[in-house]
Amino acid sequence: MSQTKKELLVDPLVDNNPITLQVLGICSALAVTSSLQVALVMSIAVIAVCGFSSMSISFLRNYIPGSIRIIVQMVIIASLVILVDQILKAFAFEISKTLSVFVGLIITNCIVMGRAEAFAMKNPPMASFLDGIGNGLGYGLLLMLVGVVRELFGSGSLFGVTILESVNNGGWYVPNGLLLLPPSAFFIIGLLIWAARTWKPAQVEEREFKIQVVEEH
Amino acid sequence: MGDLVSLAVKAIFVENLALSFFLGMCTFIAVSKKIATAIGLGISVMVVQVITVPANNLILTYLLKPGALSWAGFPDVDLTFLGLISYIGVIAAMVQIVEMTLDKYFPPLYNALGIFLPLITVNCAILGGSLFMVERDYNFAESTTYGLASGFGWALAIATMAGVREKLKYSDIPDGLQGLGITFITAGLMAMGFMCFSGVKL
Repeated sequence: MSQTKKELLVDPLVDNNPITLQVLGICSALAVTSSLQVALVMSIAVIAVCGFSSMSISFLRNYIPGSIRIIVQMVIIASLVILVDQILKAFAFEISKTLSVFVGLIITNCIVMGRAEAFAMKNPPMASFLDGIGNGLGYGLLLMLVGVVRELFGSGSLFGVTILESVNNGGWYVPNGLLLLPPSAFFIIGLLIWAARTWKPAQVEEREFKIQVVEEH
Repeated sequence: MGDLVSLAVKAIFVENLALSFFLGMCTFIAVSKKIATAIGLGISVMVVQVITVPANNLILTYLLKPGALSWAGFPDVDLTFLGLISYIGVIAAMVQIVEMTLDKYFPPLYNALGIFLPLITVNCAILGGSLFMVERDYNFAESTTYGLASGFGWALAIATMAGVREKLKYSDIPDGLQGLGITFITAGLMAMGFMCFSGVKL
């Protein structure tokens, strides 16, 4: 039992990462990663919402009629997100300003909804909770990776602490401004997916067309 | 009037929902393999967006804002914390109504767009549009314009993306980058293209 629990938690980190493999929840993954602190808060919020929504939906799974399950899941998730939003506004107002609409968008984050629909509706509460946390962690891991690259090379700091002294402050590092702009997030995630799939070749997608190899004479 | 035009241009090009705020990315990546389906989905998003943003604006103005309930005799009530749950409820209900109306009165259109409509409820671009409307404090006319323009911008982005991907499938891409990876990189290049519009003012 403990083995399977560990699998539930660890499997979504690399082998079955929600972002690189299942293509879920990338919307917000890209937008909030220009600074590491914001990415961390966002990851914690998603992990919490994902874990607790999976658990509550799993508790109710035998009482939810099939035809209205989506709206029931939506209401549970939305209530949790409101809770997170209010907590952030109360204790971390500056960060909640930077995250602006993206906290609200956790409601439509496909990871939360996807895990509720695919796992929590069929499994007991404890397993669903772990599955939710695991998938949240997989999302958080990727978010942090992108955040580290963007903040370190974009503004030469991590968590706001200067690591690479930038030229403007008399140092040597010329910050790469592109990394703070939206397009860079696409490139970094694209390259991360490339790296992940080179490491685990089983994740490579089938080609629709093969280049025909012509024999050289 | 000029303000509204400038707002529309800004929402379509400079602050494109898909390419500069990354909204609706899941569907953007998943449904951009064929041009025809991409255009169908784009139009559905536009239709739903132009209905839900003004509808949520009315909800906000007459029910949720601090003091909005004064017409009902509760001038001190502030219900803004119920915002998220109301907006998503409105969106889900509107999508359902649009689906039923299309089914009843425009069956050909329903057959073309029907499969996309359930997807739209969980499309972040729709909820994102409403949340931006709240954050930027648009009035009714502005929110209608914003709904139409941001929906059009999203449709434009997914249609061009599908065009690129239809050509891309014939090219020789490294194994690990195949599919999802190259799609992200293409989207990045498109986002850079769209960034050229920033600074355009009308």
